[in-house]
Amino acid sequence: MVANPKDIGDESVEAADMVQERQIKPYLMNFGPQHPAAHGVLRLVLEMDGEVVERADPHIGLLHRGTEKLIEYKTYLQAVPYFDRLDYVSPMNQEHAFALAVEKLLGITAPERAQYIRVLFSEITRILNHLLNITTFALDIGAITPALWGFEEREKGMEFYDRVSGARLHANYFRPGGVSMDLPEGLSEDVFDWAERSVSKVIDDLENLLTENRIFKQRTVGIGCVSASEAQDWAFTGPMLRGSGIPWDLRKAHPYDVYERMHFDVPVGKTGDCYARYLVRMEEMRQSLKMIKQCLEEMPEGPVKVDDFKVAPPPRAEMKRSMEALIHHFKLYTEGYHVPAGETYTAVEAPKGEFGVYLVSDGTNKPYRCRIRAPGFAHLQGLDFMSRGHMLADTVGIIGSMDIVFGEIDR
Amino acid sequence: MPFDVLKDTAEYIEESLGPAILGYDIFRHELIMRARREEIARVLQFLRDDRECRFQMLVDITAVDYPERDERFDVVYNLVSLRQNQRIRVKVSAGEDTPVPTVSTFFSCAVWYEREVWDMFGVSFSENPDLRRILTDYGFDGHPLRKEFPLTGYVELRYDPEQRRVVYEPVELVQDFRRFDFLSPWEAMTDVQLPGDEKAVRPDHGWRDPKEKT
Repeated sequence: MVANPKDIGDESVEAADMVQERQIKPYLMNFGPQHPAAHGVLRLVLEMDGEVVERADPHIGLLHRGTEKLIEYKTYLQAVPYFDRLDYVSPMNQEHAFALAVEKLLGITAPERAQYIRVLFSEITRILNHLLNITTFALDIGAITPALWGFEEREKGMEFYDRVSGARLHANYFRPGGVSMDLPEGLSEDVFDWAERSVSKVIDDLENLLTENRIFKQRTVGIGCVSASEAQDWAFTGPMLRGSGIPWDLRKAHPYDVYERMHFDVPVGKTGDCYARYLVRMEEMRQSLKMIKQCLEEMPEGPVKVDDFKVAPPPRAEMKRSMEALIHHFKLYTEGYHVPAGETYTAVEAPKGEFGVYLVSDGTNKPYRCRIRAPGFAHLQGLDFMSRGHMLADTVGIIGSMDIVFGEIDR
Repeated sequence: MPFDVLKDTAEYIEESLGPAILGYDIFRHELIMRARREEIARVLQFLRDDRECRFQMLVDITAVDYPERDERFDVVYNLVSLRQNQRIRVKVSAGEDTPVPTVSTFFSCAVWYEREVWDMFGVSFSENPDLRRILTDYGFDGHPLRKEFPLTGYVELRYDPEQRRVVYEPVELVQDFRRFDFLSPWEAMTDVQLPGDEKAVRPDHGWRDPKEKT
């Protein structure tokens, strides 16, 4: 027979002692900086009560390279490659933000074909980013197969990067005033084929594998819930905000380039937990596929950079014949162009959220200040309130669902 | 965003907040407001809570360094209103030892942003609950994004096999850091007296010092 513990004096004192002992002994745990589930170099100091997280204190900056400082010492053109190295799984979207900011200050717009190419590659990048995020997220909570399938598709996508810019990862392809080169022959067909057959099938497979998977749902449903007001308070953007039920997408809110013409829907989650964010990303990939096809169908012929040799280099052939073109080329790659004094905050919808560039120009050929607003920085700050009261293993799941890349957080 | 809408918003804010706002500017369709430093918390709280504004998301806090000024830093707050689909930028100036009131009491995301501005520029925020360094190393000295901080920094780090730990040493460069002066007679030096060019026509405003920035 079980007696009411209140009736037994001694034992209740003992129980109270135990509770007290637990309270005065917080368990501090160090997670990272080298941990496969930290998605990079995250050091997390966790205050634990048994296996329950009471407080999470992320220590960041282990990958800090001083990008903002370096950009102050480079010309506008030389600053572009730094943007590839921020969030290194979605390089082109970040170049896009910088290119748009510089174009805004210069008062130029890229030609139509260049805008289509930029949207096309932004959306390819979004798929590549989400493929990495969803599959590694699944890997963190115990599913290995998605990573094997997803990475193969990513590799094919990066091949397009390679063909268009010569580099698989750090493309340096979007430039202020357009893109660096036109699409090579046959690329459009291959991209279409990839979107139509290859990657859409893998997305279906991932969906079959994960969406109704009992283990996956056990680990994600109801974990790391963020309410709509919390998401705004913590400045969450991208899938983190949309997962909490706020239909906010910069491609719709203030469209840049040709996004105005694109037909796509903005998926919104209902529950704000890890599962909702997963579903939002899955649907975003399908919407991106739609946009890729639309871009390829509608893409006009024409130039891919502005017709102003003060900003974009002259064609190679012309340099061999025209003295003026040669001089322009030389001036452009040594001195660069002078950007009129002023400032702008230009943001794009990167796969992870709002990626903004706050550019201050003083009229010289180098930015006076280039502030990079990375979405992951705000998201990681929210880890503390999101993981409070969850188990340690769920913290890993929450980090996975936030889509953390340290290149952009530490800058 | 149409110019009129921005102007209306700016005038409404100016009217409602009175002397807390020092002025506004609309540049390339972006609204920039200057505010008094002491009042920044009140300004941002108004922008967040007022029914007409609803700038509910503080997207970013950053700073810009102008060393030649008395109060050398501009602290820049970027806000966005999801409801009105509008953005606003609020600026306050701050010196090295004039703390800015924190806004983290009502914008939770401000804690880390203020930490970063403190770390990078050395602008302190009064009453921020957690003003530690964030991006630089534990025990780092200096504020890297200030203009006088050299690009190469002061110390570099390496692994010392004898001591079996990572050690800091003063930076030694094999080659000096190269900075080119790109001011050239092509466009920027039309009002600069070049050597050997003494017969050139003197511009109305006089010769410009080539070292000063255009």
